[in-house]
Amino acid sequence: MAKQDIIKEIKEKLGKKIVKWEEKPPKRYYITIARDDILEAANFVFKKQKARFITESGVDTPLSIEILYHFSFDGLSKIVTLKVLLPKDGCEVESIASLIPGASWIEREVAELLGVKFLNHPDPRRLLLAEDWPEGEFPLRQKIRENQ
Amino acid sequence: MNKLWALKKSIWVYHVSSGSCNNCDIEILDCLTPKFDLERFGILLVGSARHADVILATGAVTRKALPRIKRVYEQMPQPKLVIAVGGCACSGGIFKNGYNIVGPYDKIIPVTAYIPGCPPKPEAIIDGVVKVINSL
Amino acid sequence: MNRKTIIPIGPYHPLQEEPEFFELEVEGEKVIDINVHIGYNHRSIEKIAESKTFDQMVFLVERICGICSTSHPIANCNAVEDLAGIEIPERAKYIRSIVGELERIHSHLLWAGLAGHFIGYNTLWMWIWKYREPILEIFEAITGNRNHYAMMIPGGVRRDIKEEDIPFLLKGMDEAERKIEMVTKAALDDPVLAARLKGIGVLSREDAINYCALGPVARASGVAIDVRKDDPYAAYDLVDWQVITREEGDVFAKTVVRLLECFESIKIIRQCLKMLRTVKGEIAAKVKEIPPGEGIGHHEAPRGEVFHYVRSDGSNRPVRLKVRAPTYENLPTCKATVPGESIADATLILAAIDPCYCCTERIVTINKRTGQRELNGQDLLRLSRKKTEKICKNIGRRNV
Repeated sequence: MAKQDIIKEIKEKLGKKIVKWEEKPPKRYYITIARDDILEAANFVFKKQKARFITESGVDTPLSIEILYHFSFDGLSKIVTLKVLLPKDGCEVESIASLIPGASWIEREVAELLGVKFLNHPDPRRLLLAEDWPEGEFPLRQKIRENQ
Repeated sequence: MNKLWALKKSIWVYHVSSGSCNNCDIEILDCLTPKFDLERFGILLVGSARHADVILATGAVTRKALPRIKRVYEQMPQPKLVIAVGGCACSGGIFKNGYNIVGPYDKIIPVTAYIPGCPPKPEAIIDGVVKVINSL
Repeated sequence: MNRKTIIPIGPYHPLQEEPEFFELEVEGEKVIDINVHIGYNHRSIEKIAESKTFDQMVFLVERICGICSTSHPIANCNAVEDLAGIEIPERAKYIRSIVGELERIHSHLLWAGLAGHFIGYNTLWMWIWKYREPILEIFEAITGNRNHYAMMIPGGVRRDIKEEDIPFLLKGMDEAERKIEMVTKAALDDPVLAARLKGIGVLSREDAINYCALGPVARASGVAIDVRKDDPYAAYDLVDWQVITREEGDVFAKTVVRLLECFESIKIIRQCLKMLRTVKGEIAAKVKEIPPGEGIGHHEAPRGEVFHYVRSDGSNRPVRLKVRAPTYENLPTCKATVPGESIADATLILAAIDPCYCCTERIVTINKRTGQRELNGQDLLRLSRKKTEKICKNIGRRNV
């Protein structure tokens, strides 16, 4: 498949669902979509286009919590990142772990470190933090400062 | 007579690691390989704290690992020594201010000696252990 | 936060009331299910990185793992260079590849020794680790330290490889190649190893893709992914080498992939050293400031793809660092490879993933019927060695 097609395909498939398109061609693409569209977009990129799921990055910004889903097109040297912006109240999004088993752990981690709720996650236990870590304290949110 | 004189020969060490990058642990294990070969001095790495004279402790202590460290220390019979190996065990190292770090070791258990380094070379570890034994 | 990798520790301690790293649910001799608990090494590195400058961050991420000590700095520098659009000088590319490949050799040898230890071939363990020492001496000669080399900065490398050191390095490569060839031949021809490792812990191609497995774990199941070929950086597209794959997906295939990769690494190092004789110039680009933006960098560590994402707001500190180590994706594959196997093979299959061994030491089996904890890591190791002895006896050979 020619290099152009993968990116063109994504553009065509997502169409109006694309909220923002940032790119550093030919290697890096960042596509912001609405949170309700993530399952469909991930399904297309992972199952249809056979991209490899790398990981999810959660970022706490002043306006929202961003979840970045990174996918790699290995033969084509491209990494496509789907971005979803979540409001700080009601910070929830559909889990992609049933679709991509390799996403199960990272969603557990983002949930406990950033306070994001992944709906319908098959195994929503704590992953990294100790049992006695206080509920409701999310270490990667900006308001937590390092111990002095 | 100093009751620690019993430790002067053939000490048995137990290795405990919590929140370490494993480099110090590998350098400790390297001490057993043919190039450095600690076993010819009778120093043995044992599988249980109950059989050990000395703990070689590595890593900055993480919250989840804390109960285990305390338990291991309690299981050791007297007389016992603790040697903190590596920068993280001595002072927390580069991880000192992390939200999940409750160490370094001397906040939790009494430490006899510190071997700094990141990681300390096998020669440094051997030197440190020998100094401790000679000071008993 | 991420698991780091290995620590081989002889000692295994049978603590009773702790959350274990690996809980195997067993029925008789068979494993029914496996549960993994991590978090004991969670050191809040991503948070600490937000208070470091971009230069300091490289030293911080180096200490994520002691064995893949240069993999995280390379991925981190790739991410910052991607963010800022920096191109590193050609000489730096060759030096980065040399250090990266030397690390691959030392890591695979470390793993091979450990695998020998788990099977019960302690002589093999000691010999392989003895052959590993010259590699560490080479590291000390060119970087100043056996581990944690502090070689990388955004823009290039911190130290040059001097012309007069190159013959010493080439000689080291010849020696290493001879020794690894000896070990590889011994491993591939050994009927006991074949009986012990073949057909055990098979990870199917489909599972490897669904679990997003990486590195030798994926390549041994026929998934030919390798960041060095798929998204080249440093000198990997300037020299000639091959990706090693196997189709079977069992522990033997993983062993073969790792051992054969060492030869490819030696090939890459030799070509890079040759190029260093003619390619002169700077070893680092001058980096004045990091603009606002985001960058992604990845590197093929010995265990698989290490992925770094960095976001900057134009100041001299990163806003966010996200690190994903390869074991994070490889470890869950044990859900697909361990259930259905016998408990004597459990430690070996987990070892073949090349994970953090200080968790393998805290492994426990739970009887499915009674819910009681039965065996611990030491017991399982003993069972693994007993199986090897039995195979030796059947073949009519004394154990090594």
